[in-house]
Amino acid sequence: MANARRGDLVQIHKIILEPDQRPDSLPSCTKSVPFECWIKGFLIDENANLGDEVRIETFIGREISGTLCQVNPVYDHDFGVPQEALLSIGKEAKKILGESSGE
Amino acid sequence: MDVSYSDVMSRKKDILMRSTGIDYESFEISPIAFDYEKLMASCQYSLEDVQSVLEETGVGNTPLVELKNTTELVRSISPPGKGGRIFIKDEAANPSGSFKDRRAALSIYHAKKLGYKGVVTASSGNYGAAVASQAAKRGLKTIILQEVYDSRKIGQPEILEKTRACEAYGAEVWQLTVGPELFYIMLRVLEDTGFFSASLYVPTSILGIETLGYELAQQVFQREGRFPDMAVITHAGGGNVTGTARGLKKAGSHDTLVVGVSVDLRGLHMASDVDFNRKSFTTGHTGFGIPFLTWPDRTDVPRNCARGLRYLDRYVLVSQGEVFYTTDLLSKLEGMERGPAGNTSLAAAISLARELDRDQILVVQETEYTAAGKLPTSQLTFAQENGIEVRRGDPRENVPGKAIVMPERIDQIQVEDVDMEKIRQSYFANVGKMTKGYSLTEGDILFLSEDSKSSVDFARSTMESLKITRAEAV
Repeated sequence: MANARRGDLVQIHKIILEPDQRPDSLPSCTKSVPFECWIKGFLIDENANLGDEVRIETFIGREISGTLCQVNPVYDHDFGVPQEALLSIGKEAKKILGESSGE
Repeated sequence: MDVSYSDVMSRKKDILMRSTGIDYESFEISPIAFDYEKLMASCQYSLEDVQSVLEETGVGNTPLVELKNTTELVRSISPPGKGGRIFIKDEAANPSGSFKDRRAALSIYHAKKLGYKGVVTASSGNYGAAVASQAAKRGLKTIILQEVYDSRKIGQPEILEKTRACEAYGAEVWQLTVGPELFYIMLRVLEDTGFFSASLYVPTSILGIETLGYELAQQVFQREGRFPDMAVITHAGGGNVTGTARGLKKAGSHDTLVVGVSVDLRGLHMASDVDFNRKSFTTGHTGFGIPFLTWPDRTDVPRNCARGLRYLDRYVLVSQGEVFYTTDLLSKLEGMERGPAGNTSLAAAISLARELDRDQILVVQETEYTAAGKLPTSQLTFAQENGIEVRRGDPRENVPGKAIVMPERIDQIQVEDVDMEKIRQSYFANVGKMTKGYSLTEGDILFLSEDSKSSVDFARSTMESLKITRAEAV
């Protein structure tokens, strides 16, 4: 069964420049890897599996092709975990203010 | 058409002329000098025009808030009689949540007026969201090019949030890996689409920011009967400093000291795939701040209208830890939860206000919205996941890419001054390098002195000491 059908929200991947096409002036860690890109849009092909070459219609209606890498891509950035180094900043500041106002 | 790297780059001039509607060559005076004010005036918008364009899409007229608790805290650690009053311009109240709406609004209006069907910009920060938001309101299509991921496809939470915001405003977003080839892909997209280049550095972008300096000067004057003594401005590419300083002058606030602030990320390479996720600030840092002062024309347009060195009286640095600390302080003491990057200048203000007398006024000229990915906990969590040490201690122990140290005490927040003379010398040396073999004229010396806010004598003697000779001396 196909992973994605026409009209599904998907993400495609493209390699824009291979390492040997990148400028020599780059730091070696950057020069040694490809210059890549990911774009989201709606699948134009009837059916497709992850890894297939597909066409998408982007959010502004342009057609772009690339390798299907995600179906229904999620935003997974979050609020992080509580940070001990931040926990008492407010309390310390309020203590100083309490002292300076004579409370 | 050939889309190889070298071929596209060779068509740069034509692509940029078509996509900005500006013939940059017509403003050139010599290989060194150009007519900056003529370029700024070329799109023919007065300050009043700009204000009414911004008003149409709900941009500007943001609240000016006095941070009374923060001021009191600063006074508790200041010498007797010292501790200036700190005000903040709550730019998070703009439609997409930052001052960048001012920067985008006029450009998008202008693009529509010139008949472009869409706009393109390269931005991993608030500017991309501002362009997408303004274009949505004006009915133009938007393509945003973002540097998001390292080669492991791991992205900074702050930038992932910007991808989400841009897509929420209906933009097509290209999420790219690290590298200056962002500019190459931008040229390709501009060529493919015929869209307008909503560069951060075109005249309309800077004219939009002028409203910020103008507004804050007016608001302080109306409330206090005087202009601010100091404006503290986060500095990256130079637009925020340039626009704000020009706006202050247009309001008649000529004596306000213009202070730029960047987060200290010295030592991290901006084009490095490895260093990319070792920083917790994606803009407002030295990786942009210093190079854009010492060579402003390193941009996506032939001449940069954001020229920080023309306007800065002073340039200071703060550490990542000091900014995160200050961000928490703003929430706890003033009830304003805002994004960390927008609080770079507030962190500096805590140090700078201690130098001012109690009746003097300091304005921090921006805040930015906050969201998942764009707050101290998410950014510090990400830093730890990338091997960065996070702790309390002396902020001097901050090491970009290695340790983020939140101050243990408020009095440890202390700006580091950047030597402006060295920055100017470095700018002049770059001018010399870029124009090797060319003989300077007296007009070039005058341009360099204006472009670096230094005296004609300083410009002349520095160029002579760098052995960059003048025409009559040859």
